[in-house]
Amino acid sequence: MVTEHGSAARARRIGRLVIYGSLIALAAFYLMPLWVMITTSLKSLDEIYGGSFIGLPRSVTFEAWSKAWSQACIGTSCTGLKPYFVNSLMMVIPAVLLSTGIGALNGYVLTKWRFKGSNLVFGLILFGCFLPFQAVLLPMAQVLGKLRLSGTIPGLVLVHTVYGICFTTLFFRNYFVTIPDELTRAAQIDGAGFFRIFFSIMVPAALPIMVVSCIWQFTQIWNDFLFGVSFTAGDSSPITVALNNIVNVTMGRKQYNVDMAAAMIAALPTLVVYVVAGRYFVRGLTAGAVKG
Amino acid sequence: MATLEIDRVRKAYGSMEVLKEVSIAIGSGDFLVLLGPSGCGKSTLLNMIAGLEDITAGAIRIDGQTVNDLSPKDRDIAMVFQSYALYPTMTVRQNIEFGMKIRGVPAAEREKATREAAEMLQMGHLLDRKPSQLSGGQRQRVAMGRALVRHPKLFLFDEPLSNLDAKLRVDMRTEIKRLHQRLKTTIVYVTHDQIEAMTLATRVAVMKDGIVQHLDEPQVVYDRPANVYVARFVGSPAMNIIPGRLKDGPAGAELLMDQPDGGVSRIAGVQISDAARRKYAGRPVLVGIRPEGFSVAAPGQSAVKAAIEVVEPTGPDTLAMFTLGGTEVIARLAPKAVEAGQIADLAVTTAKVVLFDPETEIRID
Amino acid sequence: MTRKKPISDRVADWLPRLVMAPSLLVILVGVYLFIAWTGWISVSSSRMVPSYDFVGLEQYYRLWATPRWHIAVVNLFIFSSLFLLVTMGVGLVMAILLDQNIRAEGALRAVYLYPMALSFIVTGTAWKWILNPDLGVQKVVNSLGWEGFVFNWITQPTFAIYTIVIAAVWQSSGFAMAIFLAGLRGIDNSVIKAAQIEGATLPRIYASIIVPMLRPAFLSVIVLLSYIAIKNFDLVLAMTNGGPGNATEVPSTFMFQATFRRNQMGVGAASAMMMLMTVAAIIIPYLYSELKESRNGH
Repeated sequence: MVTEHGSAARARRIGRLVIYGSLIALAAFYLMPLWVMITTSLKSLDEIYGGSFIGLPRSVTFEAWSKAWSQACIGTSCTGLKPYFVNSLMMVIPAVLLSTGIGALNGYVLTKWRFKGSNLVFGLILFGCFLPFQAVLLPMAQVLGKLRLSGTIPGLVLVHTVYGICFTTLFFRNYFVTIPDELTRAAQIDGAGFFRIFFSIMVPAALPIMVVSCIWQFTQIWNDFLFGVSFTAGDSSPITVALNNIVNVTMGRKQYNVDMAAAMIAALPTLVVYVVAGRYFVRGLTAGAVKG
Repeated sequence: MATLEIDRVRKAYGSMEVLKEVSIAIGSGDFLVLLGPSGCGKSTLLNMIAGLEDITAGAIRIDGQTVNDLSPKDRDIAMVFQSYALYPTMTVRQNIEFGMKIRGVPAAEREKATREAAEMLQMGHLLDRKPSQLSGGQRQRVAMGRALVRHPKLFLFDEPLSNLDAKLRVDMRTEIKRLHQRLKTTIVYVTHDQIEAMTLATRVAVMKDGIVQHLDEPQVVYDRPANVYVARFVGSPAMNIIPGRLKDGPAGAELLMDQPDGGVSRIAGVQISDAARRKYAGRPVLVGIRPEGFSVAAPGQSAVKAAIEVVEPTGPDTLAMFTLGGTEVIARLAPKAVEAGQIADLAVTTAKVVLFDPETEIRID
Repeated sequence: MTRKKPISDRVADWLPRLVMAPSLLVILVGVYLFIAWTGWISVSSSRMVPSYDFVGLEQYYRLWATPRWHIAVVNLFIFSSLFLLVTMGVGLVMAILLDQNIRAEGALRAVYLYPMALSFIVTGTAWKWILNPDLGVQKVVNSLGWEGFVFNWITQPTFAIYTIVIAAVWQSSGFAMAIFLAGLRGIDNSVIKAAQIEGATLPRIYASIIVPMLRPAFLSVIVLLSYIAIKNFDLVLAMTNGGPGNATEVPSTFMFQATFRRNQMGVGAASAMMMLMTVAAIIIPYLYSELKESRNGH
């Protein structure tokens, strides 16, 4: 048994206290905006203007939520966020599935069926991950117009799939690289072809990265604003654009509780995904930083 | 069962030549070991036999049929990989049946073949496990089982034992040997471990820099290595290569090697052809003596004088280090035969001495 | 003579390339052709609709002669440097604190990271409300008794950009923390033990041994945060909409306004090209070194 010197033990205890204290203070800072959003959204407008900001609502009311969902005015149409929420869903689901599926195939080719120039192809795709979209907004708008897709949900699906492929390809490439090439060779000798190996061996082995890719794509596409605001208008906008419109209405007394409820509605899907599958979300986040 | 013929095969990646005109032919039922250090081209050659890599030039024939342009699945081969390459999401049974399923083998037959293989490798109780639940040795068995059920013409092994620990490696080696004796299939086996080559092979091809240095039965490769490289690569401790001189006398050829004390050790009665004797008389040669070629000399026997520097007992015998011909020499002697610091007279088994040309390093016959 | 391969085998040889081809085509068009296209518009006289004449660098001269663009560039500089510094500082501190065998590490990490799951629009909306001088934090502090407390930066042209920094740090520092923490976890424990045996104190060990060993993590964080900073658009729009006046204009909002709102397509394209070049100057060397390292590592 080690008997510790009294002062050393005390110093250590104080050190631990400082560490935990700082961590908890930081946690409070990170949680504060969420707290404020939720409490504000549950207060009545009078209570808010009465000066209650940080405290619990005196009486909880879901009025602001129902208003944000079905009555709030976006531009001139007062439909609430509901149709825009649906828009975002219609956009996000096909775009996530398409980009993940294509990324999986690309990652498979780039690791297990390398060809002359495949490294160059990967480099070209990789730069796409870091493309500032401002550099392609104008031509994309032109092309969507030519394809008669401007202002439509399928148009946004196309855009998000195209630029999503870059990240999903990176995910799958970096994952498949860790699967030994001998596995493909063994399957080849067993008589399996390109697609057979992909579906029978690679896909079942790639479930974790499938989840990472889907979550990452879901978060990115759901949260996108730039493409939404650039390529859609009015009814066909995704939820982020609609939220921004609600918040930036300048007429009349500002309904902060409705703003916050609307923000919560827009944030909920990604927050739920984060709470349910945070582990995979973090892997997606750090994928851009780990070696390719 | 099949013959395998590798006929002047070359492999190049751009300007980098990995294999330079390799020719090997083995008969039906042979166990060929491709032996060499990493980067010598042995795995490339195996992959070319399997059809996993293209052949730059030359031809590979299995049972007389050129297979250059056949895809792996049409070559009737099976392969066992170093990392076992078990499909991680399938059970052992599914792993073994995967190839048969692709070939459209009926379920009943698959079941039967799997059972036979499992019996042969004593892994019936593992069939419903996933690879991740198996130990290294068990994975190795499954990988072999997967190859077995195919009844291929040719078995290919790519360093199958190098991921196993020492004890298991010896067990599996015996297992493979037993399998070969039972099935009599033609096998090509790649390894960098010369003991595996010695114990398993009926034919060994020692490779270096994309060239086959020596192709023969293991005992011949061991006793009469084609060159200094092979002599040093096969056998542990390696064959001693001692600089010396050949002297032609009335009593026959005699080898002279300098002792560190300034004296000269002489070995008489070396077996050498007349032509070579005339050619090398009075010239330097490299003298190859296996460690077990030395023994403590009986009184009066001709011997080299060895000032023993270090002694390493290994149990069954003792390794003694001394200097001869300006180089360190290792002798394998009986336990406690000599002590460090002692000057010992060591006799040399002349029948086992091999001579090499000092310039070309090729064996002198 | 070797026989020709059967057709089915030759198709199989080409299959990987065939599968890859559509993606490659889409990327070549969607990324590289479109960049070239934007480049072309930036050297044309396009205003409301694209016109494909050639006016040389006229639009770039016009861009750099625009006071708004100057504000945008200065703001980007202020925003990026502060955002990078504070985010990395906070992220590193959080990572080091979390690396001390903390009991509720998982939960704390989740709390620090959840803002990354939010849209910048949501973040902006929340912070706009928090920083609201009439009803937000200022009011709270005032009502606690500190009557003179003023925190109205969001309405002050000189200070509004700093409020965006606060919100951006809040959103992204968890991300920096995650990368630093991954880096810390990759460091061999025996290094720390060796230093402890030599008598170094924990802060000393961190300052002179561990943090220098985090160099790759720093590189990643710097590059990825710079990228986030340059393309930052939603947050500005949601919090200040470029205002008050145009005090918080940044290149991304400038580009959007010029292109879609002010019928200055040529100038907008020129500003987009400036942004692209800035990003490329940071990202391409980074990707190059990452790829090279991983190739050597194999």
